[in-house]
Amino acid sequence: MTQRVGVIRFPGTNCEFDTIDAVRALGGEAEILWHSDSSIKNVDAIVIPGGFAHGDYLRCGAIARFSPVMEAVSDFALAGGPVLGICNGFQVLTEAGLLPGALQKNAGMKFLCSMQQIEFVSTQNVVGKGSQVGDRLQIPINHFEGNYVCSPEVLSRLETQEQIVFRYTDNPNGSIKDIAGICNEAGNVVGMMPHPERATSDLLGSNDGAALIQSFLSV
Amino acid sequence: MQFEAKIEVSPRDGIANPEGSTIERSLPALGFEMTRNVRVGKLIRFEVEAESADAARSLVEDMCNRFLTNPVIEDAAVEVLET
Repeated sequence: MTQRVGVIRFPGTNCEFDTIDAVRALGGEAEILWHSDSSIKNVDAIVIPGGFAHGDYLRCGAIARFSPVMEAVSDFALAGGPVLGICNGFQVLTEAGLLPGALQKNAGMKFLCSMQQIEFVSTQNVVGKGSQVGDRLQIPINHFEGNYVCSPEVLSRLETQEQIVFRYTDNPNGSIKDIAGICNEAGNVVGMMPHPERATSDLLGSNDGAALIQSFLSV
Repeated sequence: MQFEAKIEVSPRDGIANPEGSTIERSLPALGFEMTRNVRVGKLIRFEVEAESADAARSLVEDMCNRFLTNPVIEDAAVEVLET
């Protein structure tokens, strides 16, 4: 069965077409879900793509969390549906309480746009199928607020429950424990700052993101 | 009754504040070597209608917990003034 992926678009989202192209190139179906619709139209999986939802006003993701579609996304996630938040999507998922912790400004106060090496720390999640712990991937980052923080209690839970999905091999933004991506306890909700949809062809400098999206399409 | 609410949002203790650190490193360039512990937050102000100052404060605190601040990284100091 081909997975039908719903890609959420808020005012200010700007990675929805890259995400749709990547999903289609890898054999999935994809459609845009508008933020003010309260339905997710029976899709099999959801991506919250990158951008600046609602202008990132107040805090990144703080207003997006109240968009009508987020209630359906939350129900879908809590029922075990696969949800992937990329970059701004990761920020939205933390603000919505679907993932723990928060993302604050990069330690160096610079907007970062570069290819980055990340490493799988856990594969027990919707992007890890077919990969091994320790696999290293080249995936680009493109963010100002990717510096992951959480309380010591949350960090120890993330570590013991294998919820750290990726770490940077050379930490670009000050994230605690080099964290580049995490998942919820069940592994069906993943948030990551790097952009796998921008690494799905050698022409783009890397094809390493394809494995993650393929995994996401096959769960 | 009409009140003015002021919320001082600041980074929580123990949470790095890259904006503050950058300003702290820049001040000596202007000769201000005496500054320490620069922290940057934000101020949110608005008018609120409530039956009493306590009621207004409780509304504003609820807004802070549910929307205006992220308790993972921010603290809020609420001030409510009768207008």
